[in-house]
Amino acid sequence: MKKTILKSTIGAAFGVASIGLLASAAVGKDLTVVSWGGAYTKSQVKAYHEPYTAQTGTVIRSEDYNGGLAEVKAQVEAGNVTWDLVDVELSDAVRGCDEGLLEPIDKSILPPAPDGTPAEADFLKGTLHECAVATIVWTTIYAYDTTKFSGEQPSTIADLFDTEKFPGKRGLRKNPKTNLEFALMADGVPAADVYEVLSTPEGVDRAFAKLSTIKNDVIWWEAGSQPPQMLADGEVVMATAYNGRVFDAIATEKKPFEIVWDGQVWDLDLWVIPKGAPNKDAALDFIVYSTDTQRLADQAAWISYGPARASSVSMIGKHAEAGIEMGPHMPTAPENFKNAVQNDFEFWADHQDELNERFNAWLAQ
Amino acid sequence: MAALPPYAGPAGIAWHYGFRVFCGFVLLFLILPILVIIPLSFNAEPYFTYSKAMITLQPEAYSWRWYMDIMKNGMAAPNANMWSWTWLSDSWNNAQWIHATKNSFIIAIFSTLIATALGTLAALGLTRAHMPFRKLIMALLISPMIVPLIISAAGMFFFYSSIGLSQTFPGIILAHAALGTPFVVITVTATLAGFDSNLIRASASLGASPPRTFFKVIVPLISPGVISGGLFAFVTSFDEVVVVLFLTGFEQRTVTRQMWAGVREQISPTILAVATLLVLVSILLLTTLELLRRRNERMRGMSAQ
Amino acid sequence: MAEASAPAGSAKTTYQRIVDGGSLKAQLRRANRRQRLSALAMTGPLLLFLLASFLIPIGVMLFRSVDDPLVGEALPRTVEALADWDRADLPDEAAYAALVEDLLALRDGGADGRAMIGRVATRLNFEDAGVRSTVTSTARKADAMEAPYKAALIEADEAWGDRGIWATIQRLGPDFTAVHFLASVDLRYTVDGEIAPQPQERQVYVSIWMRTLMISLTVTLACVALGYPVAYLLATLPMRTSNLLMVLVLLPFWTSLLVRTTSWIVVLGQNGVLLEFLAFLHLVDDVDRPRLIYNMTGSIVAMTHILLPFMILPLYSVMRGISPSYMRAAQNLGAPPATAFIKVYLPQTVPGLGAGCVLVFILAIGYYITPALVGGESGTMISNFIAHHMQRSLNWGFAAALGTLLLVGVMALYWVYDRIVGINNVKLG
Repeated sequence: MKKTILKSTIGAAFGVASIGLLASAAVGKDLTVVSWGGAYTKSQVKAYHEPYTAQTGTVIRSEDYNGGLAEVKAQVEAGNVTWDLVDVELSDAVRGCDEGLLEPIDKSILPPAPDGTPAEADFLKGTLHECAVATIVWTTIYAYDTTKFSGEQPSTIADLFDTEKFPGKRGLRKNPKTNLEFALMADGVPAADVYEVLSTPEGVDRAFAKLSTIKNDVIWWEAGSQPPQMLADGEVVMATAYNGRVFDAIATEKKPFEIVWDGQVWDLDLWVIPKGAPNKDAALDFIVYSTDTQRLADQAAWISYGPARASSVSMIGKHAEAGIEMGPHMPTAPENFKNAVQNDFEFWADHQDELNERFNAWLAQ
Repeated sequence: MAALPPYAGPAGIAWHYGFRVFCGFVLLFLILPILVIIPLSFNAEPYFTYSKAMITLQPEAYSWRWYMDIMKNGMAAPNANMWSWTWLSDSWNNAQWIHATKNSFIIAIFSTLIATALGTLAALGLTRAHMPFRKLIMALLISPMIVPLIISAAGMFFFYSSIGLSQTFPGIILAHAALGTPFVVITVTATLAGFDSNLIRASASLGASPPRTFFKVIVPLISPGVISGGLFAFVTSFDEVVVVLFLTGFEQRTVTRQMWAGVREQISPTILAVATLLVLVSILLLTTLELLRRRNERMRGMSAQ
Repeated sequence: MAEASAPAGSAKTTYQRIVDGGSLKAQLRRANRRQRLSALAMTGPLLLFLLASFLIPIGVMLFRSVDDPLVGEALPRTVEALADWDRADLPDEAAYAALVEDLLALRDGGADGRAMIGRVATRLNFEDAGVRSTVTSTARKADAMEAPYKAALIEADEAWGDRGIWATIQRLGPDFTAVHFLASVDLRYTVDGEIAPQPQERQVYVSIWMRTLMISLTVTLACVALGYPVAYLLATLPMRTSNLLMVLVLLPFWTSLLVRTTSWIVVLGQNGVLLEFLAFLHLVDDVDRPRLIYNMTGSIVAMTHILLPFMILPLYSVMRGISPSYMRAAQNLGAPPATAFIKVYLPQTVPGLGAGCVLVFILAIGYYITPALVGGESGTMISNFIAHHMQRSLNWGFAAALGTLLLVGVMALYWVYDRIVGINNVKLG
């Protein structure tokens, strides 16, 4: 009796598991789109994914990641690519293309602007690359909790490093990118000279020395959704963040945060297709759809990242839910753009390994 | 030794009770963190501290919302008629946590079956007399348990990627089976160590052929060991997170993978609800093992007292 | 012995086979061999399975730590031209010409060839930061170059006028390299080919190894301090009570690692259960609370909690086997309780103590999940760096080298464990 119970249990378990396995193995004609998660992915879902599915019927599966080429490289080298479309930073796009990890994209498929300007002229300078098409201009800034400072409020990049005037913990990205630029600018280097100084060993030393002045007051974040969370929890009084995430907290969650635009380090996000992606044609079709003038303007209604096309800028309206005018919150808005540095992708493609090593060493000491 | 001897002086008494208090603290240290999160998973607010209302046991401070979130998160239409058939099948198909749970069970069941089959066979072979290279082979068979998981994960990642098994179900099942076999081998060899080989001879002398002896005599006696080894292997696979981090893609996401992502970014109390459910699973396993152990001892003629 | 001859073609009876089988010794040998073969046949499947799915992958990883054929494949002529270079001064014209030829060959090699340029640029960049753009930009200008190539290349990018990049190419030319192992202990090759320490600001791995060992040692000692008394109590209480209390040890043991670590995040966090409680009792300052988590303290506390059952269980099973009459006899002979304990009881528990310590230590040095979640910056261990190099910096050769060193360390400790306990004596629960 006991043996039959045992046998039938094992048989049942096996049967259930097999059915489950077979069911999971069935794969549809989905498009797997990978992005950074949180409010940013939500804006893409609202502006691109949902209308695209409504129009073409292709189901889009959205996955999150924290940046970097590691997974793309692993998939391409294994010959088992599951990601069709990935949203990457510019240095990753360039490096990935050089190493043969990405499919080249023919720019002639991109749609022209409504007034007839061809795509290559409509896209902002430097946003179209051999294997990548840009969607947004985004920036790293720092934000602070207005309730934590009663008198003078932080207004410059140097204030981020000034724990005397503005005491409290800071949240910084756990990556040398942007941190080194901020450190140099806070130390007095003009925005235009930042990368020139950073290319010298003395410049790197200077940046790390400046970072060391606040090292004990730093809490490190890795995911884009963390800085607004840390500000809201009261763990930090200031935090560097991707500007769109902070704006989302201000607009939809009504948090008392303020963004300091001084010294912003802006960058591009681009679509790339890993080499050997299973649904390459659908991915290209999606790129054509999502980089359309109207679509880029639509995304700007959900998150405060600037569209990569000139024709979309004039179409930026109000936030879809909160009704705030988006224009003044864009990284490229004139008042915000006064002291801005463009992230030098060539510099980082060359030096990120070495500086990462040094950054890790500095962190661990 | 346990009772306080009547001749103990004040130092002896102090030591006796002090010792017990210390042990009490250590046992509390062991169990308290796990018990602490259980009530928190019922917290009506999305925080991780006991609010005043919770401590004073007011009913409105407690709610099932995080458990509902487990079923709802990821659904296409979460606000449809609750508990209706469409709602249930929507949850079954789309809810992230349900999907992850399904994967965890599928992977764990298959890898346990493989591990138990191969492990039992190997243990039977190892306990035979005249097994050559016994120690070396035993060391090799136990090595997955000893090698740090990060190294196993790294090695498997490189190798499985190059043969196309990365981010597939068979890949992670094979990996977990490899990690689970040492447990089966150890428990079955331990069971076989107490095995009275006279039973085999008795069975042979009564006319049973070797296969018949195997199925009718050996298997029933080692089955507690096989089952407990299988349970160890199941738990190892179900709770495993490092290899899963490297070898699985989105489709094969397990409960532990999902928890890892949640804990790293932002702990929502849903994680605590999942953790509570996992603790319940542990309690179940513990009870099963205890019952098995008692049965085992009874069969061998030992009593639990 | 009677000779039984069977009629041709009919089956022999067992008795006939025994009689016919030759001398007893030969029969015994044959029976033993059959047993050996059947034993091997039964363990065979698992061995093969583990070989394919576990041992070979690890072997491949070990291989990756030294295998480095990329530069040799991408720039064969350059490597050959540099074979006799003594690094005292810049290489001669032949090397420069060979480099241009290699770059052109790669450019004409289709998409794969051009991808090779990117990959070899990245590989060289790992050793010599900044050369990535040198290589890629030079490759772009390669077809416009004419002899003398030395001048042409140096004009294209002044890095070619520095010995550094050439030394790197020469060093990475052979199929196998030791750079990863050197880097894993903070050493490097200088331009002149000598081994020297890394620059001060990049030295981190030696301190990480030290920190890993230190954390593991601390956790082991903490487990002994906390676990020994508990094991003693459980072993000396009557069975019923002991079994009941044992649940408090076994339940954490069976609970998932992730659940236990998460519960520590909840307990030790800045706004977590413990600090709220202590602040409520005014035992800590409410505004400036001590940091109990996301640092080494967090790692140590959580790891002690998780590894404590691994110390208690072996100790318990050894202590259960110690008869109480030893202690009674010792005290009977006049020893005060403390002396009796140290001289009589403790030595008998040493096997269990040794087993527990080595087990906890081996497990602790390989830990990844707990330090990653609660270790912050100061509580991370070597496994976290291995994972970093696999997932973030993509320097897989280096990750493999770190993993190899860790594996060698663990194997050495495993050997120690074997001497103390014996592999065949490993028990569970």
